[in-house]
Amino acid sequence: MSILRVDHLSYTYSPSTPFEHIAVDDVSFSLEKGEFVGIIGHTGSGKSTLVQTLNGLLKPTKGNIYFDGTDIWEKPKEIRRVRFHIGLVFQYPEYQLFEETVYKDIAFGPSNMGLSDEEIRERVENAAKFVGLSEALLQKSPFDLSGGEKRRAAIAGVIAMDPDILILDEPTAGLDPVGRDLLLSQIGAYHRERGNTVLLVSHSMEDVAAVCDRVLVMNHSKLWDFDTAERIFTKERELFELGLRVPQVTSIVNSLIDAGFPLKKGALTVEEAVESITEYLKREGRL
Amino acid sequence: MEFIEARNLCFAYEEADDSSQKTTKYVLNDVSFSVKKGEFVVFIGHNGSGKSTVAKHLNAMLTPSSGKVYIDGIDTSDETRAFDVRRKVGLVLQNPDNQLVASIVEEDVAFGPENIGIEPKEIRERVDEALKAVDMYDYRLYAPFKLSGGQKQRVAIAGIIAMRPDCIVLDEPTAMLDPKGRDEVMNTILKLNREAGITVIMITHYMEEAVLADRVYVLDSGRVLTEGVPEEVFSQVELLKRHRLDVPQATELCYKLRSCGVEIERLPLFSDDCVSMLKEVLR
Repeated sequence: MSILRVDHLSYTYSPSTPFEHIAVDDVSFSLEKGEFVGIIGHTGSGKSTLVQTLNGLLKPTKGNIYFDGTDIWEKPKEIRRVRFHIGLVFQYPEYQLFEETVYKDIAFGPSNMGLSDEEIRERVENAAKFVGLSEALLQKSPFDLSGGEKRRAAIAGVIAMDPDILILDEPTAGLDPVGRDLLLSQIGAYHRERGNTVLLVSHSMEDVAAVCDRVLVMNHSKLWDFDTAERIFTKERELFELGLRVPQVTSIVNSLIDAGFPLKKGALTVEEAVESITEYLKREGRL
Repeated sequence: MEFIEARNLCFAYEEADDSSQKTTKYVLNDVSFSVKKGEFVVFIGHNGSGKSTVAKHLNAMLTPSSGKVYIDGIDTSDETRAFDVRRKVGLVLQNPDNQLVASIVEEDVAFGPENIGIEPKEIRERVDEALKAVDMYDYRLYAPFKLSGGQKQRVAIAGIIAMRPDCIVLDEPTAMLDPKGRDEVMNTILKLNREAGITVIMITHYMEEAVLADRVYVLDSGRVLTEGVPEEVFSQVELLKRHRLDVPQATELCYKLRSCGVEIERLPLFSDDCVSMLKEVLR
């Protein structure tokens, strides 16, 4: 059974006013347990609104969200519990750090879950380890950390709640290539070890192509497509029309295929493209 | 002297550690560079390499701890000339939302010229001209919050253009934009540089943008690691990787194919170039 099922979900901002705006329009999809899913779409396509409805921060105007078979709004008073299962890391989460120490900040989520001090300590330490924050940093003020460290501390705060589904809204925005690769590999390691479901919202097609199994494409509030990363990124022209791109290396391999070379479709990373091209040359006996 | 010259630029601050011992931290350490009038120069480097500090020195938001920065011959350390420096060099920052002040696009663009006491009739001309230059003239009566990220950033650029600077400095102008917005802003920057002859200095993390420049400076730990035309800089794949910097995927692909024994004569910077090269190799 799917861990999350979204059924004809719509969300309208300021309904019945002149500012009415349908941000999510009749979206349906399911997520399987343990999947790593990317969400892409132009600015204003509804990505952030969608993920905020998924963890119950926004109540759908229409439609339902089922977590483990149960409608998350079945008991509206218990919506907070849903957020322990479906954790959301906002854009620029480092602006939300507020505690005296990094430790306390990461512990804030779990300490609202009625856990023992011992359990909380264990969770904080594990979460810090996942995002590569040293023990020494845990006793510092979050405001003394570098930008990248702050970002990772904020993500650790959500990981520490051990959610079944972890949603990250543009976690690498504004990071340099080193910070970006480090954070992505940490999220990847977290996903592999815990086997949790991860949803990654991103403007970086390279990041999504490199780490996601399936990709959900939003366009003007509607779900445009939801398919494997390989299949989504072969639709180069259509994505371009939507204001999206494919990774440069995918585009290069797509062009070579169009030119008649029998390469493997859907090379998403430089490594896959190298493999695909060298395999072809070897088959032809030229390498 | 070139239009912009930085000579042995150092920028440092004192930091007290736990035992209140003062140590000097160098953000920029003996950085020299020059930019010709009309050039398009990109600075790359990872966070903390000193890129943004360089940008802030170019319109006298910061002045050197030692060394000199000259803008069109004006020493930026001369406080009495700071105003002249800022009229020559306009700065565009990462987040467009922090740079727009008015509730209507054209009023926002007029904000700068109004502040330097331009005649209303000329303000009108400058605003129209600036909005046309960034292809946002049709949106002149829109509220900025109704625009996409790329459109907002182009309005922010128009606000700078309306000041008629000789040079614009852009600090990661595309970092917060979606792919289409990035393309729009890059096309605008290229057009301003090539058609209007405005000198452009841009800081970016995207190598696909850096390859469009006339010249690239690579900063690492407050020093210039290497400098040159994009072909020269990005052919040094090992050096850049050692300093944990990226190269464009097209370049990396050909570099890796070459190390697998595929005959690659040179490393391409662009998709099209890479595709036509590989077509030859595979044929």
